[in-house]
Amino acid sequence: MIDFELSKKVQEQKDLIRSVAEGAMRPIAREFDEREHEKPWDFLKMMWDVSGGRSMTGEDSNEEPEAAKKQGPRENTLSAAITIEELSWGDAGLYLTIPNPGLGGAAVQAAGTPEQKKRFLAPFQGGEPKWAAMAITEPHCGSDSAALQTTATRDGDEWVLNGTKIYCTAGQMAAEKSDGFVVVWATLDKEAGRAGIKSFVVPAHTPGMTVVKVENKLGIRASDTAMIVFEDCRIPADNILGSAEVMKSTEGFKGAMATFDATRPLVAASALGIGQAALDLVREELAKRGRPIRYGVGESNLTTIETDFIEAESDLHAARLLTWRAAWMMDRGQRNNLEASMAKAKAGLAVTLATQKAVELMGPLGYSRKMLLEKWMRDAKINDIFEGTQQINMLIVARRILGYSSKELS
Amino acid sequence: MFNLELTEDQQLVRETVRSFAENEIRPIARDSDESGSIPQRVAEQGFELGLIHSALPEAQGGFGEERSAVTGAIVAEELAWGDASVAMHLLTPRLVAYPVMDGGTDAQKSNVLPRFTKEFHAATAAIVEPRFDFDTTRFATTATRENGSYVLNGHKCFVPLAEESDLILVLAQEGDEQAGFLVERAASGLNVLEREKNMGFKPLSTYEVTLENVTVPADARLGGDQGFDVSRMVNLGRVGLASLAVGLARGAYEFAMDYAKDRTAFGVPIAQKQAIAFILADMAIEVDASRLLTWEAAVKLDKGEDATREAYLAKRYASKAALKIADNAVQVLGGHGYIRDFPVELWFRNARGFASFDGMTIV
Repeated sequence: MIDFELSKKVQEQKDLIRSVAEGAMRPIAREFDEREHEKPWDFLKMMWDVSGGRSMTGEDSNEEPEAAKKQGPRENTLSAAITIEELSWGDAGLYLTIPNPGLGGAAVQAAGTPEQKKRFLAPFQGGEPKWAAMAITEPHCGSDSAALQTTATRDGDEWVLNGTKIYCTAGQMAAEKSDGFVVVWATLDKEAGRAGIKSFVVPAHTPGMTVVKVENKLGIRASDTAMIVFEDCRIPADNILGSAEVMKSTEGFKGAMATFDATRPLVAASALGIGQAALDLVREELAKRGRPIRYGVGESNLTTIETDFIEAESDLHAARLLTWRAAWMMDRGQRNNLEASMAKAKAGLAVTLATQKAVELMGPLGYSRKMLLEKWMRDAKINDIFEGTQQINMLIVARRILGYSSKELS
Repeated sequence: MFNLELTEDQQLVRETVRSFAENEIRPIARDSDESGSIPQRVAEQGFELGLIHSALPEAQGGFGEERSAVTGAIVAEELAWGDASVAMHLLTPRLVAYPVMDGGTDAQKSNVLPRFTKEFHAATAAIVEPRFDFDTTRFATTATRENGSYVLNGHKCFVPLAEESDLILVLAQEGDEQAGFLVERAASGLNVLEREKNMGFKPLSTYEVTLENVTVPADARLGGDQGFDVSRMVNLGRVGLASLAVGLARGAYEFAMDYAKDRTAFGVPIAQKQAIAFILADMAIEVDASRLLTWEAAVKLDKGEDATREAYLAKRYASKAALKIADNAVQVLGGHGYIRDFPVELWFRNARGFASFDGMTIV
């Protein structure tokens, strides 16, 4: 039965997070944009205390899968998408720096064994705030993950990692400023291409893992984006996620890529939050000036402000429904690779354009740092880039609908 | 709880209408466009599927099945995948049947509804007016109460099947209120002008209709003194048009995709070139986005909630998306997209109609 209404549980969660976003995030949003590389510790500790060890995908690391099944239809991913939209409505930079298993946790959830999930995620249940990050991108490869150069070689009971990773979200917090971990993608055999690529969990403070740079960015400045160098970095043999076997097939690589099926809808959700923040503010300002947005009137009777607003709004809402669909499929255990990329491609672009339009519609107010609109426009753009650029997601959509392999459509 | 799964009934309806669209509508689409007419046989087949009377009450000869805007959206999409003109033609009787069923008095129901239960029976609604600033929230057509009757004056256009209809639901402004009037085709002062000539939707016969001091009895007012919810009818209409746009867009997208996989250039199918593949990916996203917006509005209507904003956004979005997708389909086919041997130019012309239409169909 088709329905677009959120369950009562999710709706309550949404309302709760909205109050956090309003009360705890908005008031410090500007400050931690200006004070890049500083952390809002009070906020982070508060979020750590209330989050209860939930990963980005809404999985409870302590929850037994069987127990979860008994609780009726799962809506973890959808619930996470709603939460992330609301947090990003508060502030996307702050949201990205909230201590949690994050993308690293998502990778463990997607590719780890039950034992690994327990071992790596249980520490997120209490104690001091912790972060986990994912390190994929390298100076010379981004979307083309199969070309990565970081190596993992076996030495007795250990893996030895060597290479350089960049653009690692929350990388500094995960590698050095907490007792979290970094999931590192590396190759066992460069000749094997995709089949040789595996992911490894590197615990924080492991010798040989060094954060050499924290990037200065256009937006999401409250979030640390790290360059991490691995130099003879040794980790236990059982820190490899999934199998160590280099198979002829690319199953292992596909397993790692499956992480994105879970995380792309959530990145899309973050985009929606920023866009909604911008549209809400513009709508409010227009209404104050006696120019409410009208729905249902004849096309030629709309002002250009209204048509611009309505177009941005419907684009963003279309992206929202695509996002919810991808999350809903994930919760049902359906393959959502196509739908996740559709949502991410659409949401990243929609928020980029919507925030630009919002700045434009507010004239000089939009451009001024007195308001948050210009910040949201800067924050928004990252959603068109990270977790797969708009273009790489379009490429995935194209391959899926056409039934082409990456060789046939590159 | 958020859910995108069709009910078993909806799946069955979709399969049935889909195969009807494929086997009966597609094959006649081009000829119908060239000749400007739709075979009566297809209208009857559509009737046999229960497109009009399945939701009508059993008391008036219908099947008494669930009246659902979502199911209506699914049906409209499938029909329009076959051909949007044929879809609109087949669904036109709903323009009278559904508002009467939803908001008519008992007398109106028993007078009007049985007409739709025996064979394809033309009846229509006059909503759009021929002016650039037409606005469904304020009709220029007026109704004034005089001596226990109503006098209607105005000018309507895009009235489908007006000539062959026996009953026309005229939407009019009654002071600050809006109301609908069931006007017999033969009423004095009601003139159906010559058939309109439009860019697309050629098989669908549409007309301008003028009303000059048309006097109707008080009981012609839909819903009697209580009236009926005109804005809800407009919203149901927008969901209908949006659904038709989705169906047309999906057809164009699928056709362009098949073509691009088949057509080779420089030794490979053109679909293997990003310039083409990205266009197709964008089409896929926009078809789905349009459908989701449409269904969301439909669900709200089914719950009896106000869906003015949702229906408006869905109709607007789906209309624009359909035009862009049809345009891109022409582009993917290149020269083949421009000639009338292929259906794509037809979809492009039809797609442009949605932004200009309002209230010409209903779910």
